[in-house]
Amino acid sequence: ITRWWRQINTVGCCYFQGSRSCRLLTSTVIMLKSKTFVKKTRSGGVLKIVREHYLRDDIWCGSEVCTECKQESTVLQRDTCIESNLCAYPHYLIPDTNVVLHQIDVLEDPVIRNVIILQTVLQEVRHRSAPVYKRIKDIIHEKEKHFYTFTNEHHRETFIEREPGESANDRNDRAIRVAATWYTQHLKTSESAADGLKVVLLTNDQGNKQKAAESGLLVFKCEEYIKSLIANPELVDRLALTNDEKNEITSSKVLFPEHLPLSRIQAGIKSGSFLQGTFRASRDNYLEATVFVPGEGEDSTEVLLQGLQNLNRAVHQDVVAVQLLPRDHWVAPSSVVLQDEGMAKDENPEEEEEEKAVSVKPTGKVVGIIKRNWRPFCGMLNVSQIKESTRHLFTPADRRIPRIRIETRQASTLAGQRIMVAIDGWPKDSRYPNGHFVRSLGGAGEKDTEEEVLLLEHDVPHQAFSQAVLSFLPKMPWAITPEDMKQRQDLRQLTVCSVDPPGCTDIDDALHCRELDNGNLEVGVHIADVSHFIRPGNALDKEAANRGTTVYLCGKRIDMVPELLSSNLCSLRSNVERLAFSCIWEMNHEAEILKTWFTKSIINSKASLTYAEAQMRIDDTTMNDDITKSLRGLNKLAKILKRRRIENGALTLSSLEVRFHIDSETHDPIDLQTKELMETNSMVEEFMLLANISVAQKIYDEFSECALLRKHPAPPPSNYDILIKAAKSKNVAIHTDSAKALADSLDMATVDSFPYFNTLLRILATRCMMQAVYFCSGMDSDFHHYGLASPIYTHFTSPIRRYSDIIVHRLLAVAIGADSTYPDLMDKHKQSALCNNLNYRHKMAQYAQRASVAFHTQLFFKTRGVLNEEGFVLFVRKNAIIVLIPKFGMEGTVFFDSKDKTAPNLVFDEEGPTLTVEQHTFHIFDKVKVTISLDASNIQHQKIRMALIDPVISGVSVPAEDLEPQSKKSKLDR
Amino acid sequence: MAGLELLSDQGYRLDGRKATELRKVQARMGVFAQADGSAYLEQGNTKALAVVYGPHEMRGSRSRTLHDRAVINCQYSMATFSTAERKRRPHGDRKSTEMSLHLKQTFEAAVMTQLYPRSQIDIYVKILQSDGGNYSVCVNAATLAVIDAGIPMRDYVCACTVGFVDETPLADLCYAEESGGVSSLALALLPRGGQIALLQMDARLHQDHLETLIDAAMTACKGVSKVLDEVVRQHLQEVSVLTRE
Repeated sequence: ITRWWRQINTVGCCYFQGSRSCRLLTSTVIMLKSKTFVKKTRSGGVLKIVREHYLRDDIWCGSEVCTECKQESTVLQRDTCIESNLCAYPHYLIPDTNVVLHQIDVLEDPVIRNVIILQTVLQEVRHRSAPVYKRIKDIIHEKEKHFYTFTNEHHRETFIEREPGESANDRNDRAIRVAATWYTQHLKTSESAADGLKVVLLTNDQGNKQKAAESGLLVFKCEEYIKSLIANPELVDRLALTNDEKNEITSSKVLFPEHLPLSRIQAGIKSGSFLQGTFRASRDNYLEATVFVPGEGEDSTEVLLQGLQNLNRAVHQDVVAVQLLPRDHWVAPSSVVLQDEGMAKDENPEEEEEEKAVSVKPTGKVVGIIKRNWRPFCGMLNVSQIKESTRHLFTPADRRIPRIRIETRQASTLAGQRIMVAIDGWPKDSRYPNGHFVRSLGGAGEKDTEEEVLLLEHDVPHQAFSQAVLSFLPKMPWAITPEDMKQRQDLRQLTVCSVDPPGCTDIDDALHCRELDNGNLEVGVHIADVSHFIRPGNALDKEAANRGTTVYLCGKRIDMVPELLSSNLCSLRSNVERLAFSCIWEMNHEAEILKTWFTKSIINSKASLTYAEAQMRIDDTTMNDDITKSLRGLNKLAKILKRRRIENGALTLSSLEVRFHIDSETHDPIDLQTKELMETNSMVEEFMLLANISVAQKIYDEFSECALLRKHPAPPPSNYDILIKAAKSKNVAIHTDSAKALADSLDMATVDSFPYFNTLLRILATRCMMQAVYFCSGMDSDFHHYGLASPIYTHFTSPIRRYSDIIVHRLLAVAIGADSTYPDLMDKHKQSALCNNLNYRHKMAQYAQRASVAFHTQLFFKTRGVLNEEGFVLFVRKNAIIVLIPKFGMEGTVFFDSKDKTAPNLVFDEEGPTLTVEQHTFHIFDKVKVTISLDASNIQHQKIRMALIDPVISGVSVPAEDLEPQSKKSKLDR
Repeated sequence: MAGLELLSDQGYRLDGRKATELRKVQARMGVFAQADGSAYLEQGNTKALAVVYGPHEMRGSRSRTLHDRAVINCQYSMATFSTAERKRRPHGDRKSTEMSLHLKQTFEAAVMTQLYPRSQIDIYVKILQSDGGNYSVCVNAATLAVIDAGIPMRDYVCACTVGFVDETPLADLCYAEESGGVSSLALALLPRGGQIALLQMDARLHQDHLETLIDAAMTACKGVSKVLDEVVRQHLQEVSVLTRE
């Protein structure tokens, strides 16, 4: 869209005539201008748009020292408390757009305070980068930062018109200068002159700086200003490198072809000569990447890219335009693992590909970047060999990201630390992109640091909640108001109790069961009423929607909502009054539902039990209090429900989950054990499922277009191949025609001599499944939940830790008339976009969780040294077997080939599948004995290494280690 | 591209107004000599011309004649050049027909039609430039035209649109705001008695917010009525000065 200001005509001064509520205005002189610009429509037409633009006299400067402005509250302080060598006087900063866009890391630093953000700058930032816009808004909301937004575009004295021939950017630069000049004058005239307050304009644009200096402004380049700050040397490292500084290594050689301008890319894509897609770097080979070009249905293609020239400075996840090479230049993906060691600068990668491969793939080269998807990357610094050097290479933890050159003076302190680095640019004559240091995360290998790294790398939002978010929390002390009472059903007299894992502080569900006078049972599931506290559309809601889910790591929880809600006001703790959303059924003793109703309620939980405590109460025949009776009733019904569910074909799958015993002081894992399940676990689960299904039906009935549901698609039959083959090797048949058949045949599959066989099969079956996903009912027609064998399903029962549940709560509340609706809730496209985010966050949370378990397992083995354990072969690969250690719920790979040794004779049979190593043949489910140790040779990628002990194969297996607890043998033969 | 930010954190709207502020209203009465009454009214960039003929005896089909009061006949049209894209059909499409009907209903509530049985009053309104709030601008212009024609009314009819953004009612929406996905409401008020002549809303809004929105609209209408009153007084002064001479 081209936009320019063409003509602005002053209509004249007039008194604004408003109603009484605009009293403020009747005294204000308002000037009316009109703003005309031309806009191109999608169909190619040109529209002339005229908008009004009012200029006002009642926009205040926001400074504490000012006596002229009639402002009610001030943001900018009298004592600016920022000390610089360049400016010895107190001053306010005015950054220009590019400074905000590129140096947001610096602006976020607590040292930088008393900054005036002009509206012009804010609007430009909004246009150019949504993430930076959000960050700057967060800063503005933070009271301690004293950032003031000056609405200069509507101020009578600072508004300027675009002159003929002036570009939009120049006009904005001028607007910024005019606003800065106004501030200078304004602060001079007010009696504050005694304080000597001044404003300092920060810009990196040479032209702009010169013009500003000419008009008598104090102006500095961002860099020189930051360098002049006293006592903040580390802030300098955060400065982003900008192009005009010319401080990157300029080799005379141009390494990369120029990127095409966007207009030519778009033309090329339209004409079909270029393809647009997401760039995916290869994990194993830094000279290779694929570009995924989405197409209609099955038409999606992948274009292979090889060689630095053809990759042409694209970074993983960028959206790029590629051009296909002529067909005779097409190659097959190489199977070589290549890691960038920095030496291979001159090798020509195409030379490696001489072999005439049969499976050539479409090959292309990157001609331009459509959208960069750079984020700050975690990794470690490779300190330069030259001691005095300030330029260093940075190796990201993610292998798909190239190394980044950064400049820092604190290399010696940063060595051995995990740090974050952001890319600033990649000039065509530089081998590596240029970046800047963002912050240090802490020492590598330390628990906190590694946790931080895995959160960042899995894109889990985990910063402390911003002030804007916290401002929407209820004020403490909080109590249930009489209005709440009026609107809710009072269920405080019911014997409600909660059953959760030990140490749980975010209790979101509680149950009750009682006998009615007519002999039937009334069962209630009470869920924390989070949607009462989180109102749609406010900052708290947006933050929760973005986070999507609470992430549980070993010994740590990343909350979706602030702790006040998650662990206090929403947590259904015992003996306090809490707001709840209740789903209540009337059932007969055969667990048939006679009546279902939903209500917002007030409950008072009588007990918070752990699974074990609840189990004990049920089993202990001497206990006969209300809680125990209620639990027994629930348990009885749950058993019937479960049986019925399984008869309908619900799957009971298995995966090993590990629990670490964590030392209370050092927080290091001492021991690990697999989680065990009790009857009460399944009792709670059964009622949660029932509540979810009831709610899903209700919201779908009410809102067939915009109900948020969860589905679990049936896996394609080919997914089961591995399971069927594996079972066949033990002469067990598995039927996968339907969920019911699968469930039945899994139940039947037992081998007498091998009690663990069934669990192993179930673990395998779990791996065959698809991911369950959220979706909006208006956008999809297949609702079936395969795993639960339910025609409809949703998530209702954990609103404290899942955002989906909050939406479901809102839908249900509207359905029963307990709450009001809002447009986004009823918009299926917005709903669908939300689902995508939730699915992404859930997947990432799961990965982060697994990574956290893996990391703790490593910590555990670090302290334990080498261990010998028994395990089972779970998969057989071409050159390795994957072994599951039931004791630790952990799996690892035993490789049979390695770089430095001649490989043993390997024969892989895909039918079995079996792998024959020398004379021994491995089948799935074979029992083996392995030795486990920690491989710390690569500090960024520590991993568990397994080696075979039993069966003994000469040249392959290793002798069993004597177990010396503290011996760390990291170098074992594979 | 991100949509427009309709209300900034500092409380300013796109064009620099605050939430409760109206656009600048300018009006002239008696712009045509041959009509019985006429007025031209600008509300920001929305400009309308209203012309009133009558009361006169029924024209066309006499069957529509009412024996106890006058018939009000309204015609709303938009100039082809009134919007950014040329309009193909200046009047007679569904939207204009509906708008004509709304205007008719509004003025039937305000004009003392019982004084003119078996006669007809024609109100023609044309939007010359459209920038949001067409209905309310038409009502305001037509009120002045009716007054100019000397037809007795119960009160001024003043109209205003209000929208609902970020839990805040915005008075007198401009086109950019109207098209920005705001639930909006148009209200015509007889300000002195506080009677509502017409209320129209076709967006979704929860009933909890309706009251605040109507309140905001009523305040805005009262603001408009002050301006109109001033215009009428000034016009009378001018006219009386002329006649005195």
